[in-house]
Amino acid sequence: MSIITIERKILEKNDTIANQNRESFKEKKIFVLNFVSSPGSGKTSLIEKTLDVIKDNIKIAVIEGDVQTDLDAKRVAKYGVPVVQIVTNGACHLEAALVKDAFEQLNDREINLLFIENVGNLVCPAGYDLGENMKVVILSVTEGDDKPLKYPAMFRNAAVLIINKVDLIPYVNCSLSELEKNALGINPRLKIFITSCTSMEGIPEWSKWLKSNIL
Amino acid sequence: MHELSIAEEIISIVRRYLPKENNANVKTIRIKIGKLSNILPESLLFCFNASIEGTELMGAKLEMKSIPLTIHCSGCGQTSELEDYSSTCLTCGSSNIKVLSGDELQLEEIELND
Repeated sequence: MSIITIERKILEKNDTIANQNRESFKEKKIFVLNFVSSPGSGKTSLIEKTLDVIKDNIKIAVIEGDVQTDLDAKRVAKYGVPVVQIVTNGACHLEAALVKDAFEQLNDREINLLFIENVGNLVCPAGYDLGENMKVVILSVTEGDDKPLKYPAMFRNAAVLIINKVDLIPYVNCSLSELEKNALGINPRLKIFITSCTSMEGIPEWSKWLKSNIL
Repeated sequence: MHELSIAEEIISIVRRYLPKENNANVKTIRIKIGKLSNILPESLLFCFNASIEGTELMGAKLEMKSIPLTIHCSGCGQTSELEDYSSTCLTCGSSNIKVLSGDELQLEEIELND
């Protein structure tokens, strides 16, 4: 019986490329956010509203990840910022290598801030480091206040939680205080913003915080 | 459903380690799966078996060892095993905790048929 000892992380290759991305972002002085959430919680809308507020002061590019279509890239391109669409053709998450290729397509455009919109999925993207500075998890009130407990990996690794679609709170069975309690129970360091991309509630506060963190 | 990506990574690492000179025949691949790694063992096994069909790895067995979630609290010094992730110690309520195990997603070893 012969045994070959390996003892390596299965996602080691992804981690290596993620670290290369991180080095490359650092060298070019680009702050990178990885937006993660379930489908339909408002990632693209939040990116659009944030661009609206800060794009005149900060040079931003966006990498969009979707299973199919370039619908999101078209939406974001209207804001006049460089955007690259990654179509994963079925894969449920972005990987560091895909982000590396997409970043190369930006051709050394002079930017200070890069938004990466991950594939809508509250499970799989949690395991894949992309080389970002921070993960921003978005949860809409229509999804319910128990989600941080059901998907702890995503909340545990995030720096920011954005509770979106708060204008719908009168119509849904979701308690904001319970949601915050559940999220902080998983990750006490989470910075929480409560927003609506319809009423614009919370968007100025989030944008201001973002600006102060990257400049 | 990222178990397919994980199965493909396992296969690619195994291939890198197989001796080139003789036709090594893989009997068992042993991996560790932590409770926090978001992997469904049944699904990973299905993807693994589908991916090795018709390849030189066909017939190899994937042995998965589940690793429990354990935390250590610096507040009270207790080490405890958790069923569900929480950032607070179950004994004293302190949030000064460290995850000791449960994050693993690791390829341990390959056993060859002699």
